[in-house]
Amino acid sequence: MRDLFRKREFNLFIFILFIIFGVSLRTPSFLYINNFVDILNDTAILSMVAIGQLMIIATGGIDLSVGSSLALSGMSVALLNQYHPGIPIFVIILISITIGLLLGSINGLLVSQAKIPPIITTLGTMSIYRGLVFVLCKGTWVSAHEMTEAFRGFPRSSFLGISSLIWVSILIVILFLIFLNLTRTGREIYGVGGNKIASQYVGINLKKIQYIVFTLGGGITGLAGFLWVSRYAAAQSETAIGFEFQTIAACVIGGVSIAGGTGTIIGVVLGSFFMGIVYNALTMINVSPFWQMAIQGFIILFAIIINTFMDKRNQQLMLRKRSFNE
Amino acid sequence: MNKENSVLDIKKIRKISLLNIMWQWEIILLFIFIMVVIINSNLSPYFLDYTNLMNTTFNFIEKAIIALSMMFVIICGDIDISVASIIALSSVFMGMASHAGVNTFGLVAIGLFAGSAAGFLNGFVITKFGIPAIAVTLGSMSLFRGIAYVILGDKAFTKYPISFAYFGQGYIGNTMIPFELVLFLMLAIIFGIVLHRTTIGRKVFAIGNNSTAARFSGIPVNRIRLIIFTVTGLCSGLASILLTSRIGSTRPNIADGWELEIITTVVLGGVAITGGKGNIFGVIISIFIIGFLKFGMGLINIPGKVMTIIIGLLLILAIMLPQLLERLKPKNSFGKVTK
Repeated sequence: MRDLFRKREFNLFIFILFIIFGVSLRTPSFLYINNFVDILNDTAILSMVAIGQLMIIATGGIDLSVGSSLALSGMSVALLNQYHPGIPIFVIILISITIGLLLGSINGLLVSQAKIPPIITTLGTMSIYRGLVFVLCKGTWVSAHEMTEAFRGFPRSSFLGISSLIWVSILIVILFLIFLNLTRTGREIYGVGGNKIASQYVGINLKKIQYIVFTLGGGITGLAGFLWVSRYAAAQSETAIGFEFQTIAACVIGGVSIAGGTGTIIGVVLGSFFMGIVYNALTMINVSPFWQMAIQGFIILFAIIINTFMDKRNQQLMLRKRSFNE
Repeated sequence: MNKENSVLDIKKIRKISLLNIMWQWEIILLFIFIMVVIINSNLSPYFLDYTNLMNTTFNFIEKAIIALSMMFVIICGDIDISVASIIALSSVFMGMASHAGVNTFGLVAIGLFAGSAAGFLNGFVITKFGIPAIAVTLGSMSLFRGIAYVILGDKAFTKYPISFAYFGQGYIGNTMIPFELVLFLMLAIIFGIVLHRTTIGRKVFAIGNNSTAARFSGIPVNRIRLIIFTVTGLCSGLASILLTSRIGSTRPNIADGWELEIITTVVLGGVAITGGKGNIFGVIISIFIIGFLKFGMGLINIPGKVMTIIIGLLLILAIMLPQLLERLKPKNSFGKVTK
């Protein structure tokens, strides 16, 4: 039981329950099941992309280009849908993922082969991809009436009462839970972030791991691009601007250390859900949306300070345990 | 130079040192800068015009001032992505004060103070709790701009005293030299001297190379980092004064996205993002490369979004270039001597 309390994810979960409890005292309608489905719908894309971000941060990197590559893949499939409405939806999804994989692998190649630090690489590709969105759409929008019904309807189509948007994100969560926890490559990702030099001595291929995380992260982002554009039924050159910071924030709140080597998918999903719940709660208790950003910033700072304290306490506890055993 | 080198053929050494000068980052940058000027003046007859060139500096000097202190932050091995939000925060405070009837002098004081206070807060959280700077400034980036949104909402402050306009729009005397540019050059000299000619500068490099070793050799690592973050806030406050004065209004989305442009400038200037390496000349040349490149592209009607592609490509290619040259370099008897 004490071990449970020491887990960040559990603490975050308790904290979320507290917020739900507090808000529902003021606004009982917050507790309606429909409201939670709304929150899940709102955070589905964020949590998927944040999982990609988690893998990259776990290796000690960072991806600032997610917002731009999301917009680029989303814009590409939206234009494709506009000019070739006959293409079936699953082909569109595949194309969207492929574009994401491609954009991610460009990042991956620059980081692993050209050895440019991830923050610089993605700072550069962030501008490049964002500019390409503009070149593609020539500054115009693809709006709802230019998309086919199947394209717009996909995230809203429901199966067993749950929208396919949520199903897709659940699928991604399960896939990457297995990948990160049960496969050799998944464990190597954490190894690289924990200690780059030591990991190479035990035979981990650093270049391969870096390439894999950026490419997979890109693939998720590509899929998210399609989901974003179809959910909001609009593609424009400003789509998902600043989204990279939200994904990093979800990771940080979920207990991912920005230095690499730690972080769990459950934490990241809870982190995204936490952000979604806070936004939703603010609207529910009639706080002006202009407060959102300030509160988001405050939460991020609060979360990282708490995380650091817990880390220090855990280390002390570990040391004490060890000395006791000896 | 260690002992082994002295035994070697003197000709070889001379050849290599010449090569080393050629590969020096500032030389490459200077070359890029000259290319930019030549290409731009060929593309547009309006580029090489004294008045035009002077006036275009208005567009990037505010970023350049922050870039100077960002150079210190990055050499220290840290990063500050909250600078643009600090601009918004101090601009909002100045706007509030101005509407309350504070005079120009008071506005400048408020802008500088708000900026340094925000920078101090960053530095305090980073050094006190030992959290990576990127995580803290990510939070404060939202927090500071968020406060600006809370105060302003969808409104704007537009009432500023007439004398306040001088900082961002004025020229020195009757010349065509902008006040901003002169201020920047003065600051550049001060920052350059501090970085390259004082013990503080040496300590900054030491911290960036190995902060643990620096602490064990008696350098007050955290105090220096705290000062650097506060100065960065101060510079952002200063940039905020210039920008607010130049455009004469404050909106919460003022200077949106500048942080990344400033970091791009500094990194292009040859400052290693991992810390411990950098040079004021590189940063200054890089400031003018990006500024003039944007000006030239604007003259031939390239849209801003397309410019970002070119800046992004420039950043990545510029970082790759030294490595490519390294591979092309002739291998010599003492291996990789270039470091």
